[in-house]
Amino acid sequence: MQTDEPVTHACVPDDYDVAYHRPAALMDVNMHYCPGCAHSLVHKLLMEVVDELGIQDQTIGVAPVGCSVFAYEYMNIDMQEAAHGRACAVATAIKRLMPDKFVFTYQGDGDLAAIGIAETLHAINRGENILIVFMNNAVYGMTSGQMAPTTLPGMKTTTSPFGRDTKFYGAPMKIAELVAQLPGSSYVTRQVVNSPHGVRKTKQALLKAFDWQKQNAGTCLIEIIGNCPSNWRMTPLEASRFIDEEMVKSFPVGDIKTPDQPSLAPTPENL
Amino acid sequence: MNVTKLMKGNEALAEAAIRAGCDAYFGYPITPQSEVLEYLAREMPRHNRIVLQAESEVASINMVYGAAGAGFRAMTSSSSPGFSLMQEGISYLAGAELPCLLVNVNRAGPGLGTIQPGQGDYFQATKGGGHGDYRLIVLAPASVQEMADHVFLGFDLADQYRNPVVILSDGAIGQMMEKVTFKPYQKPTADKSWATTGKPASRKRNAISSLFIQPERMEQHNLKLTEKFNRIRESEIRFEEVNTNDADYLLVAYGLSARIAQKAMDLARAKGLRVGLLRPITLFPFPEKRLRELATQVQGMLTVELNSGQMVEDVRLAVEGRVPVAHYGRMGGMIFTPEEIERQLETFFEKAYAN
Repeated sequence: MQTDEPVTHACVPDDYDVAYHRPAALMDVNMHYCPGCAHSLVHKLLMEVVDELGIQDQTIGVAPVGCSVFAYEYMNIDMQEAAHGRACAVATAIKRLMPDKFVFTYQGDGDLAAIGIAETLHAINRGENILIVFMNNAVYGMTSGQMAPTTLPGMKTTTSPFGRDTKFYGAPMKIAELVAQLPGSSYVTRQVVNSPHGVRKTKQALLKAFDWQKQNAGTCLIEIIGNCPSNWRMTPLEASRFIDEEMVKSFPVGDIKTPDQPSLAPTPENL
Repeated sequence: MNVTKLMKGNEALAEAAIRAGCDAYFGYPITPQSEVLEYLAREMPRHNRIVLQAESEVASINMVYGAAGAGFRAMTSSSSPGFSLMQEGISYLAGAELPCLLVNVNRAGPGLGTIQPGQGDYFQATKGGGHGDYRLIVLAPASVQEMADHVFLGFDLADQYRNPVVILSDGAIGQMMEKVTFKPYQKPTADKSWATTGKPASRKRNAISSLFIQPERMEQHNLKLTEKFNRIRESEIRFEEVNTNDADYLLVAYGLSARIAQKAMDLARAKGLRVGLLRPITLFPFPEKRLRELATQVQGMLTVELNSGQMVEDVRLAVEGRVPVAHYGRMGGMIFTPEEIERQLETFFEKAYAN
């Protein structure tokens, strides 16, 4: 379904003001994501930012294999689907050839931190002017809940049925801290989206990252602590609590690296 | 205006890439093709083109994917082990129907093998190479001139069919120096309205994808690809024939082997054996029909390859048992002499006579 027309709200009476609506850059289709999954929310935030910056015609997204491989069905922008782990290589070429466009990748933890770690680190080390949206939910979601490099110590998954043994598999990889070491990274932050405050902070991070991309500051990476109620075997509410009580212990929230030059991005209200 | 130079095969190929309007090259060093990356690293910036040494062949093929998906003329080159690493990406390129030019300067394998020339990657190049049902258009240069010519042809065919094109060369053709002439070239206009250049309000969004999760749609996509490969089979077969008019026996060889086979043919003719040569220039599509025709004329065919017998299978399939088809190969970087091939001819045709 293609909708380039202004968003209409059939259910809203004419004399009502619409205070909240689907971003125009987000397709009006049902998403395949599980109930309570953070992907749909982050998709919406990304497309809100594209709307607000007025860059729908200048933005190219890259979504590799993983739950978000269907992102091009939902985001009403030009997109490329990449092979598992290779989004940063694909995005590198797009950005090098079209330096005036905005280019982002949207990658999960298995994709970015395991199979795609080489492409990720080298793209960041080269300081590619791209935004990496890194969705960390500590499991392989699409293949139904196997252990990822970011799986918490002791966390049970289908391939760590007795809990992740860090002596056997090492500790969760702190990607944001790792890539902040590289001179090519400009803005590195970790955010959550399981609270209104977290959602607003994440949106602000996205706005800043696009602004720094415009300033050619280098690679921006926003790690978003996602969730996976289905594979965590939790209700969405339990998954939200798990983020606050467990995930943030291994993955502390906040800015890890900011560029010297200030962001000119607007700050959302009520932050 | 024509420009004639003395160049290495790899350098001629690189220079041709610039002249063919290649917008972006991504590569990784590997012998015996590193001159391509070196030449372009030096020359591409002067033409305001993109050249990037990737962290691996896996990265470089995916950079080609990104560039091709954005509508640019993109290429990479490698040699056998590196080309194996690219196969996943090549399958994605074929699945997403992205035009691009890939170069494999074949060395001898398997495994790490040797840096000396080989033709052991024939199967990999002509049968797809990666996972899934797809074909690549495969060009086999036999000279430095063709190393250059096939770049122009390859880019044009890639755009025309929205399919990756492979130049399957070898370490000898890549490293040898010969005269090469560059003719003026006009890049044909290609419809790239599908490219991801940023979605204006005037069109629907473009998505580059090879994902068809519903089996019905997946089959439709495969049928569409098959139809394309059949069109390529009908229209793009290229080969060269030497002395086939009166030939009783036929040599079939491509690339470096064809040059040596041609000398062997001359030696045989000097002895009174009426030998001809068919040199496939496209390995996919393969000149099956012409070989089938020649099978009604000649008494036997001998393929000469720097491998243990790969193209011979396609020749046998083409002639459908009409005449005996034998194979003679050297492997592991060892190269036959014309005399050696000529002796094989005599041995083989003695057998043929006895039958």
